Amino acid sequence: MIELLVKERCTQCNLCVAVCPSNVFDLAPGGFPVIARPTDCQTCYMCEMYCAADALFVGSDCDNVEGVDEAAVLASGQLGRIRRDSGWGEWAEDPRYQNQMWYMGEVFKRARALE
Amino acid sequence: MLVLETDVLIIGGGMAAAWAAIAAAEAGAAVTMVDKGYVGTSGVTATAGPGHWFVPPVAEKRAAAVAQRQAIAFGLGEPAWMERIIDQTWRTLPTLAPFYKFCVNDAGETVYGAVRGPEYMRALRQKVESLGVRILDHSPALELLRHTDGSVAGAAGYRRQAGEDWAIRAGAVVLATGGCAFYSRLLGSQTNTGDGYLMAVEAGAELSGMEFSSHYTIAPAFSTMARGMSYAYATYYGADKKPLDLPKEAGRNRALARAMLEGPVYCDLGLMPQDIRDRLPTISPNVLPPFERRGINPFTDKFPVTLLAEGTIRGMGGIKVEDEGCQTGVAGLYAAGDAASRERVTGAISGGGSINSAWALSSGTWAGRAAARRARLLGVGGDRPAEALGQAGLRARRPAGLEAMEVIKTARDEAIHYDRNYFRTAQKLTRSLNLLDGLWESVTSGVQGDVVKAREAAAITATARWSFTAALHRRESRGMHARMDFPGLNPAYAQRQIVGGLGRIHSSFAFEKELVA
Repeated sequence: MIELLVKERCTQCNLCVAVCPSNVFDLAPGGFPVIARPTDCQTCYMCEMYCAADALFVGSDCDNVEGVDEAAVLASGQLGRIRRDSGWGEWAEDPRYQNQMWYMGEVFKRARALE
Repeated sequence: MLVLETDVLIIGGGMAAAWAAIAAAEAGAAVTMVDKGYVGTSGVTATAGPGHWFVPPVAEKRAAAVAQRQAIAFGLGEPAWMERIIDQTWRTLPTLAPFYKFCVNDAGETVYGAVRGPEYMRALRQKVESLGVRILDHSPALELLRHTDGSVAGAAGYRRQAGEDWAIRAGAVVLATGGCAFYSRLLGSQTNTGDGYLMAVEAGAELSGMEFSSHYTIAPAFSTMARGMSYAYATYYGADKKPLDLPKEAGRNRALARAMLEGPVYCDLGLMPQDIRDRLPTISPNVLPPFERRGINPFTDKFPVTLLAEGTIRGMGGIKVEDEGCQTGVAGLYAAGDAASRERVTGAISGGGSINSAWALSSGTWAGRAAARRARLLGVGGDRPAEALGQAGLRARRPAGLEAMEVIKTARDEAIHYDRNYFRTAQKLTRSLNLLDGLWESVTSGVQGDVVKAREAAAITATARWSFTAALHRRESRGMHARMDFPGLNPAYAQRQIVGGLGRIHSSFAFEKELVA
């Protein structure tokens, strides 16, 4: 579930308020968006992808807000990882992060060959 | 209150809804889309890797693809409809190229069939916007409106961020609200609560194939991450951490469910070759982070797994469409994607990603086009009288009642329970239906909580009742529908089953009507 909005990184673009399909965030005029309904989070990681500032962190537990340590999250390298691996924003032209989705068919084929 | 008129109203925000909006707008209609969430992130396509059934227009290749599917469709597939979706998908998917960067494989060829969900839905939104479609995000539809002649007049709902009601009169309405996963935690499915089924049935439409709602997908036990590919390299372990002896492919999930009824099941992905591990983040970027954030190495550690219920998402049941334009039994009301029954193209087993995606694209395109045609011929008729059709969860007989989430959890626990849903018997289904009928009775008298959740509670309860009624009535096992008390195929049931009704649910096969006649 959604755990954290890192205020030092947030640019108050408020895109997360718009894009969250579960309407987890509230707009706070003149301030940072608020994680108003964390338990409505469906753990889909979409907000992380759309956050160009890499300021949002969704935990792995889909049933509970666990409570995380901001410093640990910042040090983990996880902030912005899905957006980067997806080749969004500044990563779009980076050859390391080009969309390899087409390889899925090969992955299945190679698994069948193992059996 | 926001009051609008539009030629075509699309309810939903996933891929079928987007393709419907595109087709209707390209046919010259003024189009409005309303979605519970956000068009681009809502629904199960946005979080997945939706492969599409993509077969070049070479007669032998097309015939072979259809024949291969028909052979495993358990007598419920229709080759003509399979051919239609293959052809439509082949023609339409590449038209997204100005908005979506299709993959290029190691041989330098463009690969159209395999797309990545977040980028695909982002591109679809951009295309929809480029065509001048009005999008209302965070604006769930709560009910349909109907003319006195029985045709659909529009819909009404609630803008949950603006805090106001909306009412939209339309010349035609497309329901592309997705399937129902019963709040199972399946990735991306929380907005897919069967709302379209409920609205359609309230308007007089019928459903088909609701018994085919027992598909499950493996995922880490703590997670929503139902991305199947990596599990092609899975080894499963029982509570004692010793490897489980499981059947290959077909039947494996059912065997896992049996094991899970006994105790915890663990897994590792140790068989995955190193080069695929290295490549995984750029194939499916969301698969590894849930493990990493929990300090799990899925290739070396044994992690607990669960089976997440797909309901009618990878199941096939949905609103019965009556013609090639995907019109339902109600004039002016069309259904597309997982909101519609997919039995014609999948048969009695799951369409997985690729056939379901081809169906969503194609049925969306056809429904959008047909809706635009109807609106052009008959106009919007916004000045004609119209009645609002929503009942359960919306218009209460009593002000108080059960809390909406309590209803949702009770219905969910019945609908997705492995023992009741995966290993069906008349006794278990009857017991569940008694409970669900009682729950429906309390829902119709009143639900506490916000109106959107209250309607979801009604839709989930109704969908569970339709599914289990159909499951009880199909007294055989066919495809994903497995009855422990009727283990074999019965040739008499090699046809579709129609379900409908709210207070009293009816279900029937064509052969029964013939017997009566």
